Amino acid sequence: MASASPTILLLRQLRRRPVVLAAAAVLGIILAVALLSPWIVPYDPMKMDILNRLKPPVGGHWFGTDEFGRDVLSRVMQGTRLSLLVGFLVVILATALGAVLGLLGGYIRALDGALMRFTDALMAFPDILLAIAFMAALGPSLFNVVLALGVVYTPRVARVVRAATLVLRELPFVEAATALGATTPRIVLRHVLPNLLSPMIVQGTFIFAYAILTEAALSFLGVGVPPTTPTWGNMIAGAQQYFRQADWLILFPGLAIVLTVLSLQMVGDGLRDALDPRLQKVT
Amino acid sequence: MLAYIVRRLGGMLLVMLIVAAVVFMIARVVPGDPAAVMLGAAATPEDIAALRTRMGLDQPLLVQFVIYLKQILSFDLGDSIFLNRPVTQALAERAELTTSLTLMSVGIAVAIGTPIGIISAVYRGRTLDQATVAFAMLAASVPSFWIGLTLIKYLAVDLPWFPVAGYGPPEATFLERLHHLVLPAIALGIPNSALILRFTRTSMLDVLGEDYVRTARAKGLPPKVVILKHALRNAMIPILTVIGLTTAVMIAGAIVTETVFGLPGVGNLIVSAVLRRDYPVIQGALLVVSGLYVLINLAVDLLYAVVDPRVRY
Repeated sequence: MASASPTILLLRQLRRRPVVLAAAAVLGIILAVALLSPWIVPYDPMKMDILNRLKPPVGGHWFGTDEFGRDVLSRVMQGTRLSLLVGFLVVILATALGAVLGLLGGYIRALDGALMRFTDALMAFPDILLAIAFMAALGPSLFNVVLALGVVYTPRVARVVRAATLVLRELPFVEAATALGATTPRIVLRHVLPNLLSPMIVQGTFIFAYAILTEAALSFLGVGVPPTTPTWGNMIAGAQQYFRQADWLILFPGLAIVLTVLSLQMVGDGLRDALDPRLQKVT
Repeated sequence: MLAYIVRRLGGMLLVMLIVAAVVFMIARVVPGDPAAVMLGAAATPEDIAALRTRMGLDQPLLVQFVIYLKQILSFDLGDSIFLNRPVTQALAERAELTTSLTLMSVGIAVAIGTPIGIISAVYRGRTLDQATVAFAMLAASVPSFWIGLTLIKYLAVDLPWFPVAGYGPPEATFLERLHHLVLPAIALGIPNSALILRFTRTSMLDVLGEDYVRTARAKGLPPKVVILKHALRNAMIPILTVIGLTTAVMIAGAIVTETVFGLPGVGNLIVSAVLRRDYPVIQGALLVVSGLYVLINLAVDLLYAVVDPRVRY
């Protein structure tokens, strides 16, 4: 066990769980679509074609066309890019803020009480409600959605990081570093932080999933990303007048959300099981 | 027990104070002048100045906050700018619908989550268990508004079994109102059943491994009695917690569901307030909903002692 690197151990763990690997593969495809969409979309996602409006999914348009004759497949692909971008930026922001708050709380006892009451208060709001409140204050834009959701999910990271820091700071290697005369910032950054990576990655995967769901809900309500930007939520919101005749307008963006969130949650579950040493002994 | 209640109430008050501070700040961090933003582009400088004075925006921030707290403590949440009535009245008028919707959704989520969770635990590791775990994960990945629209399309438009939207005419009977809430409650209940299912499964798995369950089996009791009487009763405590939590989450989830189904509830009020930048309504609704959220969590903790006599504080 000791000779293999953590990455190899992780891969070995994951190999025993084909479902997680399948979810990771689906996620890989979704990611590829997001990265490559400007070059691989079959049609210009913004190009209107009034003669071919509301065409069902047949022939040239696999996912049909919308009320302006725009190709739904191309728009879903472009939406992948935007929705994943929002999710990814939210994860980065929430993880960075949460890591700072969690490390401060876990390492500097004087700050702990105040910081934890602050995260308690943020968690006293249901996710979607706090996000709506921030959007009400900030106004609708892609950047503001990232900012609002980043703050909303910060407490989740902060709590995990704090709890892990409280354990880590008592371990012999931290004591050894202190005895060697390492400064507190050095101990935190070089010794504690690297050991927090796996819980942060697991938490980040789940936040990615929640962020995509909440962004879609915010955009659906009209308080998220401005309606001209075709995120999945906006596509469904825009289809509300037409979906009774043209159900493909909500079917495909909805399936894109479900598939992405489902594979993220499965990968998150798999990573958590693989990275948690307590669970490894049991299985 | 009393000391515990007092301590928890103290903690709750502190959290609510910070919540009030966050709610207070929301109207203050608006880029530009909140009074000008609320009145729109057509407002004259005199109108803006008048509203600023009425809202107390010309006072120092800390003074404004103290005034705000005093108002809250006397149950005054201010007046809506667009509805021409106190925020408390606007909330009260819409509370019945949102409460009914939440309760129905909780009922559906519990009716789906608990039995499937129990079956999943009893058949641990078998195909049935894996299928239910997969269902829970799928349910947690589907946006409730998408379920709502899909239900409208197939069960209200294609098959006219349920109303497409709304809460019926003012003279509608109780049963007609319930009929209007069936699809919204399913849309809100399904995603939230996932957490209840997973908790029920985990909690039952813990309990089914206990010695007294083995004893009950060994003395020849039928499996149904062992599972429902010996195991489930003891597994109920964590399940109750998660039902409480889910209830609180669903009050917020109602915001989206009410918008999908055009239901004039608290959620609808919040969304239109955000779109019209009616800050007193946004703040009031935020405060009330998060207050309920905190209260439900507290109630669930206290219920522990009632359900499980072993729990002592």
